[in-house]
Amino acid sequence: MPYTEPVESANGRIREVTVGAGESSVAIGGAAALPFHWFDGEAPRRPMIAMEVFDATPAEWAPALTGALGDVMSDPATWARANVEQHGADMVCVQLASTDPNGADATPQDAAAVVRAVADAVRVPVVVYGCGNAERDADVLKKVAETVTDTVLAIGPATEDNYKAVTAAALGYGHVVVAETPIDVNMAKQLNILITQMGLDADRIIVDPSTGAVGYGVEYGYTVMERLRLAALVQNDDMTQMPMICNLGKEVWRSKEARASEQDEPAWGDAAKRGVLWEATTAITLAVGGADVLVMRHPDAVAVVRKALSGLTA
Amino acid sequence: MALTGLDIFKQLPKTNCGDCGVPTCLAFAMKLAQGGAELSQCPHVSEEAAAALSDAAAPPMRAVTVGTGDAAFTVGEETVLFRHDKTFVHPCAIGPRIDSGTSDDEIAAAVATTKAAAFERVQQHLACGFAAVRSTADAARFAAVAADVAEKSGLPLVLMAEDPEHMSAALDAVGPSRPLIHAATEANAEAMIALASEHSCPLAVRASGLDAVAALTEKAAAAGLKELVIDSAPESAAAALRDHVFARRAALKQKFAPLGYPVITFPGDHADGDPMLETVYAAVDVAKYGSIIVLSGAEPWRMLPLLVLRQNVYTDPQRPMRAEAKVYEIGAPGPDSPFLVTTNFSLTYFIVSSEIEASKIPAYLGVVDAEGLSVLTAWAAGKFVPERIAKFVNDSAIAENVSHHDIIIPGAVAQISGELAEELEAWNVLVGPYEAADIPAFLKARAG
Repeated sequence: MPYTEPVESANGRIREVTVGAGESSVAIGGAAALPFHWFDGEAPRRPMIAMEVFDATPAEWAPALTGALGDVMSDPATWARANVEQHGADMVCVQLASTDPNGADATPQDAAAVVRAVADAVRVPVVVYGCGNAERDADVLKKVAETVTDTVLAIGPATEDNYKAVTAAALGYGHVVVAETPIDVNMAKQLNILITQMGLDADRIIVDPSTGAVGYGVEYGYTVMERLRLAALVQNDDMTQMPMICNLGKEVWRSKEARASEQDEPAWGDAAKRGVLWEATTAITLAVGGADVLVMRHPDAVAVVRKALSGLTA
Repeated sequence: MALTGLDIFKQLPKTNCGDCGVPTCLAFAMKLAQGGAELSQCPHVSEEAAAALSDAAAPPMRAVTVGTGDAAFTVGEETVLFRHDKTFVHPCAIGPRIDSGTSDDEIAAAVATTKAAAFERVQQHLACGFAAVRSTADAARFAAVAADVAEKSGLPLVLMAEDPEHMSAALDAVGPSRPLIHAATEANAEAMIALASEHSCPLAVRASGLDAVAALTEKAAAAGLKELVIDSAPESAAAALRDHVFARRAALKQKFAPLGYPVITFPGDHADGDPMLETVYAAVDVAKYGSIIVLSGAEPWRMLPLLVLRQNVYTDPQRPMRAEAKVYEIGAPGPDSPFLVTTNFSLTYFIVSSEIEASKIPAYLGVVDAEGLSVLTAWAAGKFVPERIAKFVNDSAIAENVSHHDIIIPGAVAQISGELAEELEAWNVLVGPYEAADIPAFLKARAG
């Protein structure tokens, strides 16, 4: 019996979203095939890796992580430069964790100054995540958007509770919106509709479908992303054709499996390798699910995932 | 090509006798069409009809069982490309490769590592599924190492050799344990097929590209072998993914029988000797259609993420995993430690317990049987309600373990606190945070 290659070409295509400034701007998305299905159709680029910096020195991080990052963590601009120059980050993701009103309660002005410093320190695009408090994020992201206008930022998370303010800020200052919904195909689509109805171009939205780490619900994010990709490519549903971003570093490094020392969990083996692999296996699973941008933390995880992304791209 | 349920129905006796275990011939035909039944279950089907239906009656992807007894594993019989369509059927088996040319000490150490890579998670035992032994010395050594590894590991074997004489020697030693023979190639196919027939063992075929693989499986099938595994010897990780996707599509969508077999993968072939990169490629194989994944080693730091990922990917998306309902001790709690309750949805349990752990405040966590639902869903479905929680508390020994009577419930079900206080008269019901992420701050504030 003769074998015919079962190639399946797509009916739709993922949008291209451009972030960054001038010559250092970067396009993400753009594929007309499922992730790494280069044999089915055009897949112009591999997923990008955005390495995290925090607006204040993180406390209580795993030793495997702080040891690998070194003493850059007290200064976001230095940290961002190390991410790009030493670790080859495609982008930098500023996590404005200290703006949390229940935490350090840093002001929108403080946050904007951090983003300004990071954007000045690197020549790669910058993603900005607020603390996750919808009300505070609206204020913070507005200030960030109006302060840093010489590059296209990706700002978020815009949620159903604050998308109007975040979208208005992006519209006013030429930025891209990261639209976050809780692991649900229809809610992701609905938020895209609401944001575009405010007048933002559909190719200025990146979807954050929410995710968990391996062992903490990675399969939910993975499956929602696969379904969104199939809707985009097979059904040509234009409100699902946005590139996707996975904010996975914080999920991974919260897990016991990534953090526990070998003394605490002798049966789990070498803590440094285990932590790196927890992040790397989570990242690659989400990339296979459909992530176009992976927000990552550990330099060694970034290095091994970058090799794998290249290896999977023909 | 695939037949529809109606095509099949036309060939059946249409007596609705129910002898096949399905009430009507039409329902049986529908099951056949979906690969959920075998034509042989109908005792009355005519020979002509059986011949006409044989294509449709064969499952689109064969089952392959490696090993015997409790340690045996079965792969194959997959019915979908995406896990949201239908649960993946047989979790892939993952195990290490051990070379016969290495020293006895190294082999003993590799076997010990393999056995030690075993973990309990959500009431499932996660462990290596097999040990692969590769011939890198002479035939007698291969046979001796295979026998040794089989005995010491207790695991099914994958025997890897290209020389049929080596394979024959090893099969003489361990043949009755049904190892997987890897591999029949274009150069040795006749001899390997004969060995697989003689020893009734599953056989992997290895050739460059799916075309060549299909030619080999047809040859093996013509010789009467049914349990085959395919290896397309991909030259890169990108080619491996392509071959896995094409083989699965060819089997399920084109009903192309020569590729309707599970796939064996060697992610280390594309990793330049880097075990971290190998593990990341193995994660891709877990998600995308690897059924037997052979690694260069089974150290716990890589087996844990891979086995947990496998558990995640192969979970029924419609039926969430459940944690065992009981009182968990987190840290080393004492009589003054806080007592919290939540539901037994595995994700809820994992997230709440890891947040408590992150707080560094030892605590008791009561995981109530809420039929595997998350807190809000369980409350809405009447599965995480005061009567259930009270019964759980009263049935447990928690009252004897703590000197206080404070029970902390999730903030998402704050509305049940009054009713729960009535059910649990001896207890003070406290409302904890809405989000698990706020548990550390909550516990620290309480601890003052």
